[in-house]
Amino acid sequence: MALLRITSPHTHRALGTGAVMRTVVMATLPGLAVLTYFFGLGTLHNVILASLSAMAFEAAVMALRGRPVLFYLKDCSALVTGVLLGLALPPYCPWWLVVLGSATAIILAKQLYGGMGFNPFNPAMVAYVVLLISFPLPMSQWAAPADIGGQTPGLVEALQKIWLGAPIDGYTAATPLDTVKQNTSLMLDSLYLQDPVLAAGQFAGAGWEWVNLAFLLGGAYLLYRRIFTWHAPLAMLASLSLMAILFYDGGSSTSGGSVIFHLFSGATMLGAFFIVTDPVSSAVSNRGRLIYGAAIGVLVYLIRIWGNYPDAIAFAVLLMNFAAPFIDYYTLPRTYGHKKSQRATKKADD
Amino acid sequence: MEMIKVWEIPGGVHPPENKTQSLQEPLGQIDIPPQLILPLSQHIGAPAKPVVEIGQAVLGGQVIAEADGVFSANVHAPTSGRIAAIVEHRVPHPSGMSDTCIIIDTDGEDRWVELSPWEDYASRDKSDILARIRACGIAGLGGAGFPAAVKLNPRANQTIDTLIINGTECEPYITADDILMRERADDIVAGTGILAKLLNHPARVVIGVEDNKPEAIEQLRRAAEGTEIQVVSFPTKYPSGGEKQLIQILTGREVPSGQIPATIGVVCQNVGTTAAIYRALRHGEPLVKRITTVVGESLERQRNIEVLLGTPVRYVLEQHGFDETKASRLVMGGPMMGFALPDPSVPVIKTTNCLLAPSKKELPPPEPAMACIRCGMCAEACPAELLPQQLFWYAQSEDLEKLEAHNLFDCIECGACSYVCPSHIPLVQYYRAAKGEIRQHRIDKEKSDRSRRRFEFRQERIAKEEAEKEAKRLARKQAAEEAKKKLAEQKAKQPSIVEQAKASVQAQAPDSQQQRAKLERLVASAEESLKQAQKPIDNATDEQLEKQASRIKQAELKVTEAKKKLAALSDDKPASGEAAHDPVSAAIERAKAKMTMSPEEKLRSSLESLYQRLEKAEQKVKEAEQEGSDKLDALKQGVDKLKDKIASTQSELAEITPSTVAEPTPKDPATSDDAAGAAIEKAKAKAAAMASMSAEDKLRNQLDSLGARLEKARARLAQAEQDEDENIDAFRTGVSKLEEKLSATREQLAEYE
Repeated sequence: MALLRITSPHTHRALGTGAVMRTVVMATLPGLAVLTYFFGLGTLHNVILASLSAMAFEAAVMALRGRPVLFYLKDCSALVTGVLLGLALPPYCPWWLVVLGSATAIILAKQLYGGMGFNPFNPAMVAYVVLLISFPLPMSQWAAPADIGGQTPGLVEALQKIWLGAPIDGYTAATPLDTVKQNTSLMLDSLYLQDPVLAAGQFAGAGWEWVNLAFLLGGAYLLYRRIFTWHAPLAMLASLSLMAILFYDGGSSTSGGSVIFHLFSGATMLGAFFIVTDPVSSAVSNRGRLIYGAAIGVLVYLIRIWGNYPDAIAFAVLLMNFAAPFIDYYTLPRTYGHKKSQRATKKADD
Repeated sequence: MEMIKVWEIPGGVHPPENKTQSLQEPLGQIDIPPQLILPLSQHIGAPAKPVVEIGQAVLGGQVIAEADGVFSANVHAPTSGRIAAIVEHRVPHPSGMSDTCIIIDTDGEDRWVELSPWEDYASRDKSDILARIRACGIAGLGGAGFPAAVKLNPRANQTIDTLIINGTECEPYITADDILMRERADDIVAGTGILAKLLNHPARVVIGVEDNKPEAIEQLRRAAEGTEIQVVSFPTKYPSGGEKQLIQILTGREVPSGQIPATIGVVCQNVGTTAAIYRALRHGEPLVKRITTVVGESLERQRNIEVLLGTPVRYVLEQHGFDETKASRLVMGGPMMGFALPDPSVPVIKTTNCLLAPSKKELPPPEPAMACIRCGMCAEACPAELLPQQLFWYAQSEDLEKLEAHNLFDCIECGACSYVCPSHIPLVQYYRAAKGEIRQHRIDKEKSDRSRRRFEFRQERIAKEEAEKEAKRLARKQAAEEAKKKLAEQKAKQPSIVEQAKASVQAQAPDSQQQRAKLERLVASAEESLKQAQKPIDNATDEQLEKQASRIKQAELKVTEAKKKLAALSDDKPASGEAAHDPVSAAIERAKAKMTMSPEEKLRSSLESLYQRLEKAEQKVKEAEQEGSDKLDALKQGVDKLKDKIASTQSELAEITPSTVAEPTPKDPATSDDAAGAAIEKAKAKAAAMASMSAEDKLRNQLDSLGARLEKARARLAQAEQDEDENIDAFRTGVSKLEEKLSATREQLAEYE
């Protein structure tokens, strides 16, 4: 009688890595829907193209590495990377930008480090930063939200722009983050009245506030499903809010913008719940994740207000990816039966 | 009575409980199996020692193996029968190992020894109670099998303020404790009372039960009414039933790492153990049976049974309609911490709380592991608040130091981390392996430390001996130096060290020549005497023959010996041997060679030989340096001189090189011609003189040279005596032989005169 001889535990929870990744993708859908509603088909196209190309690159590298391609594609980690990259890229950006981005993410940032679980940096953010630095112009042209009079480009128009480079007249608009940053003369109140995007919105610009709310919804779902813990995202949002309060300056012309403005503009919620929570490249302990998230929040504010780039999530996350092992070093949890938490450096017999 | 607060513990998981299927029936029994297999080691600690013989008839309750020390437990015969064997048999162990077991062929009559019940158990003396618990072989029935009496006898400096009776049973599938609490709550409460008495009535006496066993809680509460015992229920979560976790839930205290609960004033016993203690005291029943859950979808009947220890698992399963084709594995214990049995021939032992025979669908084979994505779900699940993902990382890289720094040894192997891991990594397996490796490492380290100490001690001893030897040697040296001084006083002037070296080098060549010549002569004379001895053999008597034979033999021996020596000599110094062979022709050869050379070639060859000499000289310097010889300075000077010479030769060579090839300088060949010619002439003259000499002259000549050689040999002997040379004996014999020869030659010469 052939009996399996394996060690305990003999039972296992159903949730596997592939399921976790698919849940994350599901949770991005509200955000994607809202982005598409306000900015047109550009983002949807980005997401599809980035996902397909990311999976293709993943499959190619796996084949090159002599690994079972399907087994590794099933973990859906490349899909998640592609989706996140697609969401982060400006709508209607050229197709090659998207493909180059997913190649950078999968090949450079992930597989060259050893594949899933071994990448020290968030692959989608590496790709975003590489593209932003290399191609600043197409990377900083964001479409105008549908609310402000104009219409979003149609399907044919969009495909022509993306695949053939055919120009679309006046489809772009400054994002609220750009507007506030470049403002030097107006009080915030009057800025909100003058800028078309801000004026059309309720508190953080037309379209953007809804996009962020949708990502917040997706994040809440993931928290509910216990895909990640609350520590890193909440710490990030809290420290970002704190920075906004500190530098609000009464809404003067030098103000960095209100708390609500910062929480619901740009990629704040996408970053907080889908980027900062990437487990591979973040700190490991709960205490470490609090520090990690809080530091990202501070960096986001600093780069948004005093940096040179339109949004700061990618840079802030990458900087803290660097710091994650350092944080881990000092934030080992206290183990049962020990008085103090140990440092990773401490010798066991001390 | 102090009210108990329920604390929350970190981590934990909620696997499907699967407890209802085995609770459909009341506690059952199965027939006595035809054979019982009783391992001597069913507990933690030393195995028991058998006290029965093969073939001996035993009664139920009879001790068949006695505890070997305090950390051990008696083994009793569960029923009557005959001892069939005491052999190695597979035992329930994750490794599938075999161990010594007593095998009883049962007779089915179930005759028992007379038990001695204690009506008044509650008023008995503590030491009597402990002795009986020990005698009845009671070990922890919860899983670890810790001898119960040891736990109940804490050290004098440990005041126990909390007694916890563990009825948590957090493992899925297992309901053995549940059914016990439902059906025998009174036994448990009575047993708890005894334990409380043994521990001087601690402030808190608690029976802790998870809230998924309402019936058990109700029964216990009913039984415990009016006693000091509190029955506390708390939320169901795996692994609340772990001793450390239960202590934390009921007291908020943590057992310090590497310590036992008694250090924080807590004693913890399983409900099953507590009931067994009661039965041992009240009825005198030794531990020969236990309640085991028999469960799993490959069985027709799933329930709890009270089963005799030693019953083969196969027999138990057969009684429950086991379908082998359905089962994927057999687990002893629960699905979280139980271990897979290698085969069903192993017996039920004191710690067997569950036999799980799941179908392949029920517990499918594990999925292939994927890469760790550091999601941290394992850290969320860990009740010890470890970082399983980091432990896994370090276990993979075998970083034992980091593993210990991350408190690997506080891992209770509950399996919660593996259970939640989305990448299906068998984390606990990695930790078990790493723990084993660290333990092995520690053992190895201790071993190597011990051998290092031994080695150091040996070194010390040798050094001591060396020092003693050195002291002796120094004393000897001093004496020799004094002798040397005296000798030096006798001599007017001591030749310089360099000259001495030169002399000894020069002396070596003729010496070997002499030796060779001597040996050749020896061979010749020995051969001669051999011939002489062989002559008269033909016409000799037997007696003479015998004598002659022995003489011949001796002579032959001498010949071979001499030849051997000669061969050795020529082997050692073939060059000098050759040179000695014909010095005249060799000199001629050399001179001729020199003559035919162009000046450039000559310079080159001399440069080459200079280089060779330099090399040799440098080697000597090195050796001298290593040996710390006092000739070092002289040797270094020699090297310097050689270098100077090489430099000058090189510069000469450089001067002539451009012109020589076409037009050799007239002067140089002339001089070299002259020198070579002179050498040839000299050698020829010598040869001619030798040839033209009369026998008498030859003898005279020989006498002169012998005299010179003798003088030299004597000088060397003196030198050797001074230096305490080890070859001194050889020198002495050389001198005496030369003396003999000299006198012989003189005699010969006298004949001529």
